[in-house]
Amino acid sequence: MMMQEAGRHVARAILHGSGRTGARVAPSWSGLMSGSARCISGSSVLSTWWGHVGPAPKDPILGVTESYLADPSDGKVNVGVGAYRDDNGQPVVLECVRMAEQRIAGIEYMEYLPMAGMKRFNGLAIKLAYGDDSPVIKERRVAAVQALSGTGACRLMADLQHRFRPESQVFFPVPTWSNHLNIWRDANVMVKSFRYYNPKTKGLDFEGMMEDVKNAPNGSFFVLHACAHNPTGVDPSTEEWKEVSSLFKEKNHFVVFDMAYQGFASGDTSKDRQAIRIFLEDGHQVACAQSFAKNMGLYGQRIGCLSIVCHSEMEAANVQSQVQQIARPMYSNPPLHGAHLVATILSDPGLKELWLKEVKMMADRIKLMRSLLREHLEGIGSQINWEHITKQIGMFCFSGLTPAQVDELTKNYHIYMTRNGRISMAGVTTKNVEYLAHAIHTVTKAQK
Amino acid sequence: MTDRLRATSSSGIGCKGKERVAAIAGHICPIAGGPGDREGDRGGGGGGGEVSRFDEVSLLAAMASEEVHCAPISAWAKLAQAPEDPILGVTVAYNRDPNPVKLNLGVGAYRTDEGKPYVLHVVRRAEAALVGDRSRNKEYLPIVGLAAFNKLSRALAFGADHPAVLSNRIATVQCLSGTGSLRVGAEFMAQHYHTPVIYVPVPTWGNHNKVFPKAGLKLLTYRYYDPATRGLNFAGMIDDLQAAPDGAVILLHACAHNPTGVDPLPEQWDAIRQVIRAKRQLPFFDSAYQGFASGDLDVDAYSLRSFAADGGEMALAQSFAKNMGLYGERVGALSMVCATPEAARLVEGQLKLVIRPMYSSPPLHGAAIVATVLGDEKLFQEWKVELKGMADRIIDMREKLYQALVARGTPGNWTHILKQIGMFTFTGLNKTQVDFMREKYHVYMTGDGRISMAGLSTSTVPRLANAIDDAVRNVA
Repeated sequence: MMMQEAGRHVARAILHGSGRTGARVAPSWSGLMSGSARCISGSSVLSTWWGHVGPAPKDPILGVTESYLADPSDGKVNVGVGAYRDDNGQPVVLECVRMAEQRIAGIEYMEYLPMAGMKRFNGLAIKLAYGDDSPVIKERRVAAVQALSGTGACRLMADLQHRFRPESQVFFPVPTWSNHLNIWRDANVMVKSFRYYNPKTKGLDFEGMMEDVKNAPNGSFFVLHACAHNPTGVDPSTEEWKEVSSLFKEKNHFVVFDMAYQGFASGDTSKDRQAIRIFLEDGHQVACAQSFAKNMGLYGQRIGCLSIVCHSEMEAANVQSQVQQIARPMYSNPPLHGAHLVATILSDPGLKELWLKEVKMMADRIKLMRSLLREHLEGIGSQINWEHITKQIGMFCFSGLTPAQVDELTKNYHIYMTRNGRISMAGVTTKNVEYLAHAIHTVTKAQK
Repeated sequence: MTDRLRATSSSGIGCKGKERVAAIAGHICPIAGGPGDREGDRGGGGGGGEVSRFDEVSLLAAMASEEVHCAPISAWAKLAQAPEDPILGVTVAYNRDPNPVKLNLGVGAYRTDEGKPYVLHVVRRAEAALVGDRSRNKEYLPIVGLAAFNKLSRALAFGADHPAVLSNRIATVQCLSGTGSLRVGAEFMAQHYHTPVIYVPVPTWGNHNKVFPKAGLKLLTYRYYDPATRGLNFAGMIDDLQAAPDGAVILLHACAHNPTGVDPLPEQWDAIRQVIRAKRQLPFFDSAYQGFASGDLDVDAYSLRSFAADGGEMALAQSFAKNMGLYGERVGALSMVCATPEAARLVEGQLKLVIRPMYSSPPLHGAAIVATVLGDEKLFQEWKVELKGMADRIIDMREKLYQALVARGTPGNWTHILKQIGMFTFTGLNKTQVDFMREKYHVYMTGDGRISMAGLSTSTVPRLANAIDDAVRNVA
């Protein structure tokens, strides 16, 4: 009671212009508002609530480009972030995208999308992921929600997992895209790992992987890279995928396929989804976090899709409604423009054909760079086995370089890559491949 | 599980109905086996983990009641249908309604007097400029978004020559419209602020009540709307801010309060600010209607500029959904006004750690449009004119609706329609009346009686007035 009275008294006093005693007066910005501004906190005007906030560590991937941009030297090379570059090292906007953009500019409203995003986009995205004639789509068993590219799709999945399967754990391959760990951790899901990359062979540790899958508790969640594993570029073979699928069935594990490179791995979007196809044929009900950042060059648009194959049409509707509930307090509904672009391209036969050609061109250029880099390294007499450069698939090459060697490359040669030795082949060009080879050879000469 | 079990447990995948029963009858299927069971772990979950019994009869009986799951079962079998969002659900229901004269006064999206969505001319021009510029690419934005957009948004909110802006103590990050800015700010506060409690006005935008708890802030309330006067309960608000703990976060609607349309007067804002500063509370502004309230960008920014000028700290969630008509492009910004540039720098670094695991970086298109409009003097001036046009049309609708109710002699005092500010009118209609108006007149609004004036037109005002009149006279 007393407090309330005092409060009202203060309010009245203030309203009528009398200030409190002991007030510090901040400068009056009379140009901005009527009356003077008083800061009456009683302590220093300059005190902050955030003084205890520590400096955040740089993101291990995005921080690389930041450093690259800050470097003033000529001839610097950015093989850090996985964004495609042409042979002149320039970013590329696909022609099919330009055409789609022209087509949609000025004609559509910009109203809110539904929470699940653009229905037409979702329908086309899942056809690309699961196949045009996929039974699960025909049976309407796929919950699909437009997401903020791959990251956003993963985050919706992680939050869904936490909400409805709180007892479950999620398993990632070692290594995996570093942001996977951030995403699932922020969703408060316990993060585990399974063996994947074999540093000795620079290939797949198949036995280790199968053993770890077997030892995981039944019904665990696994995030698998559908193709073009990031950062290693090491993918299971068709036969290996089949064995993995079988084991997963026995263990009743739940699979989230992270598919960020469909079309980029082999150059063929149909081939690149073979892992999903194998799992679906085996009757798994999978989830897929799909990104159009790389294969359509729509990085900045943030366009992707989270889809979950369900038991029935009703279950799919339930799941979709729950995923929407996760999106609402995060960003309400997803952005429109990217969805429009993708839907326009995928629904127009001419544009889609053009897109498939352009994706294959990008994949082919990367394959060529792999060959060139390996040839140069072997040509200048490196004693190291560089076979993995051409065996690995997709945008990245897990070079085997150590952090110390990477640092040397950056310091002495102004070559930027993530410290795990991951080289983004998309950043390699006919103009810099020799320089890159020489630099790599120099820093690795000492080792065998 | 034995090897035999393991080998045959795959039979259950994807089976439905009769097939499922047959599959179980024909094979061996563990009872209550399924996700979460650990091998060899007795007594965990539903019927125990280690399974060695298979009783076909009880299996089939249990199947009928859906108690048993044949492995592997769906990870989502227990999910229920989520309820519709109370605001967005109104449009869903409206869209399903086949009635030709239905009227959507639910979600706050501006409509022309012809009832059509409106894409601003300056937006179209900016869009054309962007599309025509082949030197533009679609690369990832930095985690904090488009730098030019951040700078211009900050200047729009605070004024380009505001001391807080000039002294570099504001960290601004591009986010997904208002919702995204609120969520990122709230998550940051939940992690780093010493008093992770937020007070919201009663009533407030429904999504506030979801965003803040999800972000990890404890949600409490302060009195705001007075149903008796249909205005501000100023004394109650002051009392509750006084009674709230020192250091709590206080959510404030910068202008055009949603859903009530009731805003404090400038001198009331000053008093509110004094209390908040005395209590060392952290003001968190939600600014979704700058320019839409009075039609004047600077007038509408009075509250947040006065707070930013007194040396204290604050946060701002800024949306361009309404004032630039960029609803679907999700354009907004979170600004953290800090006491020092150093603090702002540290805060920005930590904000990036919230954003990266959520969506990595914000979408490009909408921010590029806003930056184009705000960065070009001519476009900026034209925008102000269009914005005032939209605000004026809404004020006109208020006037017309008021006159229509007066003309019908509808019982009650309807002056609040004229006094309330911004896109919405808090009619004072109750849920029963709202439902009645939907059923009989196919007029859609949120259950709290909030109508979006932006959804009204000259031709639909009479219909709405009839509906309100009928509801008030005949429905309790």
